[in-house]
Amino acid sequence: MKRTLIARVEDKPGVLNRVASLFRRRAFNIESLTVGHTEEPDVSRMTIVVDSTRTDAEKVAQNLQKLVNVIRVEDISELPAVTRDVALIKVETPDSRTRAELMQIVDTFRARVVDVGVETLIVEATGTEEKVDSLVDVLRPFGIVEMVRTGRVAMVRGKTTNKGEYK
Amino acid sequence: MRLTGAQIVWEMLHREGVEVVFGIPGGAIMHTYHPLSEYGIHHVLVRHEQGAAHAADGYARASGRVGVAIATSGPGATNLVTGIATAMMDSSPIVCITGQVASSLIGTDAFQETDITGITLPITKHNYLVTDVGDLASVIHEAFYLASHGRPGPVLIDLPKDVQQAETEFVPPESEVRLPGHAYIKAVDQTEAIARAAKLIDSSQRPVILAGHGVSMSKAESALREFAEMIDCPVTVTLLGKGGFPASHPLYLGMMGMHGDAQANNAIQEADLLIALGMRFDDRVTGDLSRYAPHARKVHIDMDAAELNKLIPVDVAVRADIKQALSTLIPLVTRRERPQWRTEFRDWLEDSRKVDVVHRPSNGRLTVPHLIDAMSTATGGKAIVVTDVGQHQMWAAQYYRFDHPNAFITSGGLGTMGFGLPAAIGAQMACPNAEVWAIVGDGGIQMTVQELATVVQEELPIKIALCDNGYLGMVRQWQEMFYDKNYESTHLANPDFVKLAEAYGIRAWRAKDLDGARSAIDEARKHSGPALIDFQVVGEGEGGNVYPMVPSGAALHEMIRRPHQTKVGER
Ligand SMILES: Cc1ncc(C[n+]2csc(CCOP(=O)(O)OP(=O)(O)O)c2C)c(N)n1
Ligand SMILES: [Mg+2]
Repeated sequence: MKRTLIARVEDKPGVLNRVASLFRRRAFNIESLTVGHTEEPDVSRMTIVVDSTRTDAEKVAQNLQKLVNVIRVEDISELPAVTRDVALIKVETPDSRTRAELMQIVDTFRARVVDVGVETLIVEATGTEEKVDSLVDVLRPFGIVEMVRTGRVAMVRGKTTNKGEYK
Repeated sequence: MRLTGAQIVWEMLHREGVEVVFGIPGGAIMHTYHPLSEYGIHHVLVRHEQGAAHAADGYARASGRVGVAIATSGPGATNLVTGIATAMMDSSPIVCITGQVASSLIGTDAFQETDITGITLPITKHNYLVTDVGDLASVIHEAFYLASHGRPGPVLIDLPKDVQQAETEFVPPESEVRLPGHAYIKAVDQTEAIARAAKLIDSSQRPVILAGHGVSMSKAESALREFAEMIDCPVTVTLLGKGGFPASHPLYLGMMGMHGDAQANNAIQEADLLIALGMRFDDRVTGDLSRYAPHARKVHIDMDAAELNKLIPVDVAVRADIKQALSTLIPLVTRRERPQWRTEFRDWLEDSRKVDVVHRPSNGRLTVPHLIDAMSTATGGKAIVVTDVGQHQMWAAQYYRFDHPNAFITSGGLGTMGFGLPAAIGAQMACPNAEVWAIVGDGGIQMTVQELATVVQEELPIKIALCDNGYLGMVRQWQEMFYDKNYESTHLANPDFVKLAEAYGIRAWRAKDLDGARSAIDEARKHSGPALIDFQVVGEGEGGNVYPMVPSGAALHEMIRRPHQTKVGER
């Protein structure tokens, strides 16, 4: 099972390195990790996904919490949360017929075409990983020439924030 | 007050209560050394930076205060690495200050540039590269705080040359450090878990207390004693837990683990409850994990949450300081006696005594157990014993009778040969009036033997017991037992250690049998300065192997016991 951890960290040089070094040293297997800014100027936020059959999420959390620059770690897997993955997918469009067909698929998935070139176009998709996965499956027969995905970001629904106390 | 970065270093060390530092100057740290004499802090000039880190570590372990090591950039900094890793594994509070090339040169492969914060990232509790002199004072304050609070450990501060030179208005940092992450580590209430622990303790018939380093780190020795007596529960200690419970106490079972006492290992395997206090179930204490303490429920109290459920799943995990946890736990448990359990472990103890080599004649030869037993008697168990790593280390742990905390200083987690002599220097600096014995091997002492010069320069009255068996003994023992007696690369052609010591200006003796050993120990103790005794000990056969021994992969109860019949020196 996949588990999702959220870590608020001080935005200081080398923090990502410290986190990455911890994963390597403890032989933790990480599925994905994203980092970005938050509502607070000096705080960044990491969303970390681990496959709990291979790496115990609790151990990851406890070890992360020990890093001096890590403010708070929370395992939100059991909480109601919005999770999103963003993908940019460049697909081959040799003729206008395939292009039209593609546009329709993109529409159905509520994705967007963000660039149209002579023989390719770029699709931007935002959604749960499952949704993005199924779009990718459908696009694959057309010929995906390049793809990038951000990995999961997540936020708990409702009033809860992850600034409370970690247990 | 306008101060340079260099002056801020000393000003802050002074404010942190530092009286002594260990180090070696060099290009990138010279600027910091320059104003040292204005600050009344004593600098011990070691002969290798590894010695500085170990000495700082030994100082910290003997005093409970933060030890400080200083080195230049590049090779000076990398020479600290073994010492930092040693301190990390044994949770020893040290602060290392390294010089660095000027900020403008960082990343250009400048002369003696090395990425020491990168190198030490996984072996420090935290580290800093200071790029602005305005941050320096608060960084130093935070470093001391981190090194000594929570689970202690090494912290490194890398100081570029220009930061040492830069001037700024010195503002003393606020005493409270601002570490947003730290609040979460402190804030969890454990009373519910402790109450569950008390229930398990009350319902157990055959409990065993496993006391680790955390007991003495939290100064919980008397609480532990009260707790053990109250529930009439035997106590076994880890290597670093020695002294956390008095060896002379009737509930004392000795040391657990690979070279632990048979009664301790047996008790763990037969127990129905383990109460683990400030220890971390290292593979050297558990043997085969899947068959470890098979009948026992487990209560684990440790202040590091990442240690709980790390290697073995426990029934009750309590994240707390040992002393605090015990003070909550003691009123919750029921006072009771366990006469049956007592008889059982007393029998094992008696059995161990019977096979013990020290209770047999030494046969005109000298064994390390005999000589450490003699040393323990001569010093009344009151010395600070610092060891190196190998057979002599295990024997020191087994045969020196420790009744006091912080009196046994040894590299447990990393097992660093070369630790003993420099760590003894640190311990003697911390406790100038204590009797400090460095028990070292003929292999290990040669890894940091240059520190004999430091001993002499500082006029430290350290007594060095060199267990000279002509071998990298611990490795040779494994070869004897598990590698067909193929003594590949373990024989040592040694220098004349007596002459070597004398060349440094250290009084030295040689002893070949037990009487000789006793009188050499007396002579060395009478001598007011440093002393070395070259104990020529049995290198092979009976008296030359450490028992019991749990072979790697075996369960604790499968330990190899000492063969009964052979005489000392015989095979
Ligand atoms: C720096 C380092 N290198 C190698 C080892 C592996 N090792 C462990 S014990 C030992 C032998 C130690 O020999 P000696 O110092 O003579 O002590 P003895 O075992 O003979 O008492 C060795 C080589 C180690 N622990 N540390
Ligand atoms: Mg030896």
